[in-house]
Amino acid sequence: MSRWMAGLLMLLALALSPGIALATAIGEPLAFDSEAQRQQYETLTRELRCTVCQSETIHESNAELAADMRRRVYQMTRDGMSAEAIVDFMVARYGDYVRYRPPLQANTALLWASPFLLFGGGLLVWWQVMRRRSRLDDEPEFTDQERAALERLRRGD
Amino acid sequence: MKLKLLIPLVAVTALLGLLLLGLGLNSRDLPSPLVGQPAPAFTLESLEDPETILTEQDFIGEVALVNVWATWCSTCRQEKPLLMELARGGIPIHAFNYRDERDAALRYLEMTESPYRTIAYDPAGDAGIDWGVYATPETYVLDAEGVIRYKRIGPLTRQLLLDEVLPLIEKLRAEKLRAENLSAEPSRRTS
Repeated sequence: MSRWMAGLLMLLALALSPGIALATAIGEPLAFDSEAQRQQYETLTRELRCTVCQSETIHESNAELAADMRRRVYQMTRDGMSAEAIVDFMVARYGDYVRYRPPLQANTALLWASPFLLFGGGLLVWWQVMRRRSRLDDEPEFTDQERAALERLRRGD
Repeated sequence: MKLKLLIPLVAVTALLGLLLLGLGLNSRDLPSPLVGQPAPAFTLESLEDPETILTEQDFIGEVALVNVWATWCSTCRQEKPLLMELARGGIPIHAFNYRDERDAALRYLEMTESPYRTIAYDPAGDAGIDWGVYATPETYVLDAEGVIRYKRIGPLTRQLLLDEVLPLIEKLRAEKLRAENLSAEPSRRTS
């Protein structure tokens, strides 16, 4: 009888403990201690990349690895870890590639600079085109000599 | 004027060159931050015996391979003959049975030979995250101190073994011997 009771208690503990859940399905309703924790979980799952299905975040990916990563983020959030600590944890295991928002560091400098470089390049081309155009406008369409020739033609000399 | 005409040609050629380079890259070949780090800690049941608890210490001691596999992973099946050869050649292979069912895994190992010395059972992928596992199969090379020295995402191939893995194992074994000789010498001198 007591064994049966113990078994039942174990089952209950299993059902109640979030840590035992094998993986966290997409959109699975989750319990949080505070709204801040929920916010952190929702933000983090949208900022971490599923490393097997590389163009998806773990928030939207169906891959098993993504489900594991969601569960880990959930557990760590419940344990009171900060967002930075959780991201650092994932980066230590999967590399910078796991972040959807790449940090500004030496090897990503070109990536971050590229929009400004492209914009600068566009400005340069625009400036050149405008300069050439304004120069064309300034130039007289015909030289005096040509004008005289035209006048002669018109008069029929 | 002629030079200006060349600019679009050069630009397009450069872009095509970059794209061609990109075609040759495998987006799965990501550098692992774990290479050079000590083997991450884990506590898992042994696949064969739920009573036996394994930790990372059970993988450490010799230059060894750690292979991540599952019965649902057909690439792992293709890779197994190579692992068998390595095991017969005296290279210890430890393993994580990753997100698998114990019964299925045991049946699979009963039907064919097992190349594995130690198998940790990881049904929830817990150790998987700590070891930075992307997908099965994956193989790590541990040195005698338990530091990860190499990681392969995807199946091993004969060419890869000959070019990278076996030379690395040779090197690590030589390092280990040298370290042992060094530590043995001072004691000889004092005695």
